[in-house]
Amino acid sequence: MKERLKQAPPKIPDEAKLSWKKGHGDHPLDRYLKEGRIPHIWCPGCGIGIAFTAFIKALEKAEFDQDKTVVVSGIGCSGRAAGYLNLDTYHTTHGRAIPFATGLKLAKPELKTVVFSGDGDLFAIGGNHIIHAARRNVDMTVICINNFNYGMTGGQGGPTTPVEARTTTTPYGCAEHPFNLIYLAKAAGAAYVARWTALHTHELRDSIVEAMSKTGFSFVEVITPCPTGYARRNRLGTGLEIMRFYKENSYITDILEPEDTALLFKGKIAVGKFVDIEKPTFMEMYREYIVQQAENSG
Amino acid sequence: MGYWRLPLDSCEHFITVGKVNIIEYRCKGCGYCIEFCPKDVLEESTYFNEKGYHPPYVKIEGKCINCNFCETICPEFAIFCTELERREIKPEDIITEPEYRHRMRQRKKQD
Repeated sequence: MKERLKQAPPKIPDEAKLSWKKGHGDHPLDRYLKEGRIPHIWCPGCGIGIAFTAFIKALEKAEFDQDKTVVVSGIGCSGRAAGYLNLDTYHTTHGRAIPFATGLKLAKPELKTVVFSGDGDLFAIGGNHIIHAARRNVDMTVICINNFNYGMTGGQGGPTTPVEARTTTTPYGCAEHPFNLIYLAKAAGAAYVARWTALHTHELRDSIVEAMSKTGFSFVEVITPCPTGYARRNRLGTGLEIMRFYKENSYITDILEPEDTALLFKGKIAVGKFVDIEKPTFMEMYREYIVQQAENSG
Repeated sequence: MGYWRLPLDSCEHFITVGKVNIIEYRCKGCGYCIEFCPKDVLEESTYFNEKGYHPPYVKIEGKCINCNFCETICPEFAIFCTELERREIKPEDIITEPEYRHRMRQRKKQD
């Protein structure tokens, strides 16, 4: 073992390094990506790449200023997105993407703040932060990638794992009730709540544009296939088969109440926009009550 | 869906012809673009790329309509469409009269 450690690491030939960089700029979306970072680490068939593309397409479509948009991400597979984007991005500690984004928004209110992270990071480790950011109605957009497990650490069961689903930590099927993220976000007080699957790419892009243009806490849940972690243990097949499942079993609705949109194991998926309300944001309330009173009292 | 005659305002519209560009070394062979292309332009190839996956290739040239769905659904930034030309709508593009007749015949049978 020690002898192996002493050996120098294999040298990468310069040609190989060049081949990683070659072609950067060929793709029309490459100007939003850091040079030399693509190909990314996500597995073949993973839906995070689709949500990531939809986010970049939303930036392109709405022509948001690249210097005025910031992306914060937590830990996990989807947390890697911050490293690939050629914007001002920050990769925070586990679960703390939303407190960081809140501070960013308070310090520089002119920035468009986007949190791009996974279900485990946002709702398990950072569960407290998201409900309080939604309660205060901080002006930010949260894009939550929901793949029903902790993908990066090896497919453990998380807060969104449906009952009966098998994961590494629930080998006989999960016996816990999962969160319904739509209902949770609505109950916590979010101003905009939507859910799409990885197959609804155009709707997802338009939804992200709408969420980013909205002042207030907006939450977009993206249901993505996890072929390596979740689907393999539940025998759901490859990414392509899960996408076919989404095609057959998802329906767009705007009449369902958020409490009826719970996701069951191999069940129907209700997608669409569920909440779109106007509410005074945290900064407006703060200015109205605290700053004015402080000024009046001298 | 097809039309049984050319719509009266067809001269005001056009069909775009696109070119599919595939960046082969980025492809991880998930097959989403092949499956969800609305015109079935792509097909999985038999050769390998640098990573050992089978990238798609364009099966029928000139059939792409530049809808850009492959670009939006590709997780790897490995495929995109560019517009080649815009051409007028010809009757053979949209009229599917034999299909229409066939459908009517089936409907009569059901009745």
